[in-house]
Amino acid sequence: MIGVGKIKQYSNILEKPLSKGKQEVSLSAFAFLFSELVQYNQTRVDNIAELGRRLEDAGYAVGARVLELLCHRDKGNRRETRLLGILSFVHSTVWKVLFGKVADSLEKGTEHEDEYMISEKDLLVNKYISIPKDMGTFNCGAFVAGIVRGVLDGAGFPAVVTAHFVPMEGLQRPRTTILIKFAEEVLQREARLG
Amino acid sequence: MDTNDSLRVASLWHLMHAISQQLSPTTGCSEIELLEADTFDLHIFQSLTGTKLFVVCEPGTQHMEALLKVIYELYTDYVLNNPFYETKIPIRCELFDINLTQAIQKDRVALLGR
Repeated sequence: MIGVGKIKQYSNILEKPLSKGKQEVSLSAFAFLFSELVQYNQTRVDNIAELGRRLEDAGYAVGARVLELLCHRDKGNRRETRLLGILSFVHSTVWKVLFGKVADSLEKGTEHEDEYMISEKDLLVNKYISIPKDMGTFNCGAFVAGIVRGVLDGAGFPAVVTAHFVPMEGLQRPRTTILIKFAEEVLQREARLG
Repeated sequence: MDTNDSLRVASLWHLMHAISQQLSPTTGCSEIELLEADTFDLHIFQSLTGTKLFVVCEPGTQHMEALLKVIYELYTDYVLNNPFYETKIPIRCELFDINLTQAIQKDRVALLGR
């Protein structure tokens, strides 16, 4: 019979099902591309804060798309409405898809009600990067902070997300912490929902 | 040796290397790989791109070529992927230094059999 065993041809690219895609990408290729991203932005800014902001904006675009993709692919088009729900989504699912493992820890800030921290001993984007001494506290993890901000914003939880180095005893290199500070309206909504 | 001295010695070597390529007594020989002297040995590794790595060690040390290959890998990983490194300036990458000392310690431990 003609046509048996033939792959179904789609007339329109929009009708093709979303594939899982390649699960693995070369780490060297990514490190090289990311290093070029940082260098490209470095030549176009005047100060370090601006560089951090640009990296964050780049990450924001990634975060928005990752949220859409994961909601469709892994969660069956359901969306999170609770704070802890979206935080554990970021901490496990998003991290697993982007970096191949869940984040090291998720903690609630002790000083303020609206602060949460995701910590990682060795952030993948920082794996091959050594910050020179004269750049102070700049962290290329600002890219990852941007991704988290993109995911949270897209899900309806506006927040300010920053990346910090936290020195730890017993570890040669400082730990990286992504600090998430939620907007007032998120906390009010959370309180209303009980 | 401070940075200026290293740069001076390295450029000396680059010159010697270029001259030796022309003067080689055996045919089909491309470059110097090992320089043996009374008090030290100098091993050279040249990558496909022309980057040269040197190791100065005590005379008679074994397995230097393997060590040089490992160092070359570390160089490509931690120096070339670093966005804050510009080519042709002395390397000041923290991660590269840490991993380099680790590799040499591992090598030393393996050699001494301890």
